[in-house]
Amino acid sequence: MTTLAEASGISAIRQSLAARRRRVTILLLAALLAAIAASLYLGDYPVAPDAIVRSLLSPLTGEINRGVDFIVLNVRLPRTTLAILTGVAFGLSGAIFQTLLRNPLASPDIIGISHGASAAAVICMLVFGITGLGVSMGALAGAMLTAFAIYALAWRGGVTPYRVVLVGIAIAAIMGAVISYLFTRARLQEAQEALAWLVGSLNAANLNDILPLAGALVVLVPATVYLVRSLDVLQLGDDAAIALGNRVEPTKLALIVVAVAHAAFATAAAGPVAFVAFVAGPIARALLAGAGGGFLQSALVGAIVMLGSDMVAQHALPATQLPVGVVTGIFGAGFLLWFLASANRQGRGG
Amino acid sequence: MEAVRPTAMRFQATLALGLAGLAVVVAAIALLSMTVGARAIPLDMVWAALTAFDPNSTDHRIIWDLRLPRTLIGLLVGAALGLSGAVLQGATRNPLADTSILGIHAGAAVFVVMGISLFGITRLSIYVWLAFLGAGVAMFVVYGIASMGREGATPVKLALVGAAMTAALTSIVSAVLLMSPTTFDQLRFWQVGSLAGRDMAVLVQVLPFLLAGIVLALATARMLDGLSLGEDVARSLGQNVAVSRAVASLAAVILAGSATAAAGPIAFVGLTVPHVARAITGPNYRWILPYSMLLAPILLLGADIIGRIVAPPGEVQVGIVTAAIGAPFFIALVRRRKLATL
Repeated sequence: MTTLAEASGISAIRQSLAARRRRVTILLLAALLAAIAASLYLGDYPVAPDAIVRSLLSPLTGEINRGVDFIVLNVRLPRTTLAILTGVAFGLSGAIFQTLLRNPLASPDIIGISHGASAAAVICMLVFGITGLGVSMGALAGAMLTAFAIYALAWRGGVTPYRVVLVGIAIAAIMGAVISYLFTRARLQEAQEALAWLVGSLNAANLNDILPLAGALVVLVPATVYLVRSLDVLQLGDDAAIALGNRVEPTKLALIVVAVAHAAFATAAAGPVAFVAFVAGPIARALLAGAGGGFLQSALVGAIVMLGSDMVAQHALPATQLPVGVVTGIFGAGFLLWFLASANRQGRGG
Repeated sequence: MEAVRPTAMRFQATLALGLAGLAVVVAAIALLSMTVGARAIPLDMVWAALTAFDPNSTDHRIIWDLRLPRTLIGLLVGAALGLSGAVLQGATRNPLADTSILGIHAGAAVFVVMGISLFGITRLSIYVWLAFLGAGVAMFVVYGIASMGREGATPVKLALVGAAMTAALTSIVSAVLLMSPTTFDQLRFWQVGSLAGRDMAVLVQVLPFLLAGIVLALATARMLDGLSLGEDVARSLGQNVAVSRAVASLAAVILAGSATAAAGPIAFVGLTVPHVARAITGPNYRWILPYSMLLAPILLLGADIIGRIVAPPGEVQVGIVTAAIGAPFFIALVRRRKLATL
């Protein structure tokens, strides 16, 4: 009888956790939809909500209203789409790294991968004079190469989270030195343009940015879903995972490759937007409060943070459009300090 | 005991001799620094300039206006970085503690940027104060957050909090720089870390702080030796652990702050040099500190000299050269298994 009661108790807890997961997910989806609607509606040129809907449906209905179509389909929709896609990619990348390295601070913008992408992009711009798509390709290659270098240097009969993080910090320092050096060598105008790229912006979002990222996500998101299942086992520690029959190193490597690819493609599309990868995971976990899961929710949080920050960036100052990276950076800084302080107080800061 | 004592004394004598040898190397590299540059000046000319200054000679003016301040600042900043690294590593019992890891540089950068953009300050002599203040604030915030919780400031916590703080402050700096190209134009040359273009006025400004920091740091040797036994042992030997930590941290902030103020953020000298010193002397801070103080200027001035000749007709700033040398060393250190035992 007691075992039956216990079993029904456990299943009740399970059900309530699942219900919580569902509630959080629905809440986040609703918030994302609201953010999308606001992002399409807000702007200097007022467009009525029904006109926006008609314009969005115009490829189906064939209805044409040139002025509104241009604003909605060519300006606001690409920007909104890019914000969502980069937010999802950054959010997933950060969540995977933080889970895999078992450290809430181990996101790609702290452990050197964004720095590698940045250094490569700055080299493209300031040394070779490349602009546009070439810079994105350079950033992509830079992120991949840096991640490989960090993994290889942290390898010593296996990798430990500790070594990956610290090697990553050293690599970040080298990349930072490369960037500062090139800044002192360039003309101010060019250095300023490179700096603008480094902050990360959605101001000139267009199909050339969106398509490569969208294509990558079509492959990467299913891969993430598949690999994440084994991540729950890895969380128990390498020894337990091996005992349970998981081949640890190949799984870890595959996950790192996927997480790096998420970060690399998002960075190539919008620049290394600070802190989105860092904050998405912790916010999602705080909302879920131990109800498991977290990756889908991190992706949603990433998209919401990106969209929300971009709206602030566009409309906070009347005359200028700030790059989105400034807003995520300042928001992230505040969140970071609060998060570290509260995590350390509870004795789980590292 | 009879047999141990002479061996120990001989080791001490060897260490003292080594220290004297290092002092000679420091003097030699300082002289080299006076001769090497865009215009090579032979040693006898350097000597003549120092002993009998002739205001009509271009070489003499280069020595007095450029090379001498640069060399003196290199020596002092190097000594300060080496000492602050060693003291910080001892006080936190953390082999990864360093001024650049702990967010001190980013803190200095934020204050300098605010000074330039909000108050239009362009004089290096005022950057010095701003950098000093920013370094202190950042260091105490990072240390404070990392030492919350049960285990105190563990190596990983400090490194991560510092790196995160650096990332956060850097993005604030970028925001200001984006909106103000003139600020960016000023900062990009400060931020890289350089010994070039500093005159005697800068040296005079930071000198009192550097000297006070050096004295304070050297005086902490006994406390650091006590701390290295572990908090419990140190306490049972009658040492006040919290006071020791605070005094040592203060010395490190004064040194790192004034070094950053004088030369901009220079990475990794403070991190790498104490490990070299420790490898030579063993775990005794009464030797580690003076060794770090002499080894670091050798690295810094050496890197500066390399930077002067590696890319003629220009120069590579010393901060770049030290990162290029220091970061690989750091990675090698991380790969060593006994890293966390300090």
